[in-house]
Amino acid sequence: MHRFFLRSLWALAAALFTVSAGADEPSAERREELAHLLEQDCGSCHGMTMKGGLGPALTPEALTGKPVDFLVTTVLHGRPGTAMPPWGQFVNEAEARWLVEQLKRGRFSD
Amino acid sequence: MIRFLLYSLLFALLGACASQPELRGSNDLGVVIERADGAVLVVENSGNTVLHRVEGLGDLSHASLVYSRDGRYAYVFGRDGGLSKVDILRGELVTRVVQSGNSIGGAISQDGELIAVSNYEPGGVRVFDADDLVPIADIPAIPSAGGAASKVVGLVDAPEQRFVFSLFDSDEIWLADFENPQDPQITRYAEIGRAPYDALITADGRYYLAGLFGEDGLALLDLWRPEEGVRKVLEDYGRGDEKLPVYKMPHLEGFASASNYMFVPAVGRHEVLVIDERGWSEVARIPVAGQPVFVRARPDGREVWVNFAFPDNDRIQIIDVEELQVVDTLRPGKGVLHMEFTPRGDDIWVSVRDDNKLVVYDTRTREAVAELPARSPSGIFFTHRAGQLGF
Repeated sequence: MHRFFLRSLWALAAALFTVSAGADEPSAERREELAHLLEQDCGSCHGMTMKGGLGPALTPEALTGKPVDFLVTTVLHGRPGTAMPPWGQFVNEAEARWLVEQLKRGRFSD
Repeated sequence: MIRFLLYSLLFALLGACASQPELRGSNDLGVVIERADGAVLVVENSGNTVLHRVEGLGDLSHASLVYSRDGRYAYVFGRDGGLSKVDILRGELVTRVVQSGNSIGGAISQDGELIAVSNYEPGGVRVFDADDLVPIADIPAIPSAGGAASKVVGLVDAPEQRFVFSLFDSDEIWLADFENPQDPQITRYAEIGRAPYDALITADGRYYLAGLFGEDGLALLDLWRPEEGVRKVLEDYGRGDEKLPVYKMPHLEGFASASNYMFVPAVGRHEVLVIDERGWSEVARIPVAGQPVFVRARPDGREVWVNFAFPDNDRIQIIDVEELQVVDTLRPGKGVLHMEFTPRGDDIWVSVRDDNKLVVYDTRTREAVAELPARSPSGIFFTHRAGQLGF
């Protein structure tokens, strides 16, 4: 009985943890919007396949060695003195993180 | 009977093979970029229909084109460095070369024999024979002060067989004289202002104006007096003001010029700047809905139509040239990327990227008169550009 109770508690904790982690991850619908934003609007400077344009390339190779937090900050706050604008008005931190992870994985690079 | 039928069939087939395609003029034709598919549509603006779809042009996520002087061929400049020659009458890709890793646009020489392409990677300008796209000249954009090649922007053709372009990374304007295509003569102007992002040439081919991203004002080169060098105009515009973020770079190609007033997008401001061409002074700043991208005058110069960067890219605003203010707002759909007037300005075609369509408006009633399906459309280019300097 005691063991069963403990197990249930673990299961509950695990479930709660999953839920809270899931709250950070953008929903499927939102992910689609973000992907569209990345391809079309980020793409207008970085290229639709992220190989660069007026802005630098954002392929996995180009991002090698650049920490995720640094890239998330760049997305949210832009980079003063360059053409990179802040996107914090349109995406929150979790969404910026998701975008950076997609770029690092090369999902948008051909 | 059977023999008769067979002969009839044979003659019908022979007739179909031998018949020429119906002759038609080309001055009501145009090409529309389908940016996500590497394809272009050949369209006509008399009956508002699509005639052909031509595929295999590579990465057209940022693309533009110029026309041969006879208006039959379109030279399409793709993001991936591809240069494609398309026969718009037959709807066929004629020749294609991949001439760099990353390009931004191009121009055709005054005599129609040279195609110049401006490149980001490797930074510079490459020039090709318009007939067969064989390379003729290569101009790496090595800054006057030395260092890595710069990205090249704002490439236009100028009278007397010249090309003019700007170096984004090294703040220069270069004037290339192609009187002898094998040995182009380059005049370099340094320190013209920080980060030129695009440029235009006035319709008469006299003035080259580069927009600056890194500071206020515009850089001006008078091609009648190139020895006088480049000077800054509208230097005090917006000095000290906080700039708004720019989510898409404005384009100066197809800028508007009407009644001696030039209308250009302000960078980092939700305004259209009005400049008096006779003294290069500021006439007005017209507040608009967002960061303007294209600012285009109706061919008669009575109105100026403006579209916007993200997140205001769902609308078009119309400026009255006499009142110098916005008189109407249209909402064609999500992702309005480009607008092109028909040669005499009776209609305007609008590309709506996210709704996968082209919308044609009657410019007098401002009512939509046609909609055509197009996949993720961006630039629209009508053939009357063939006869215009700077296009």
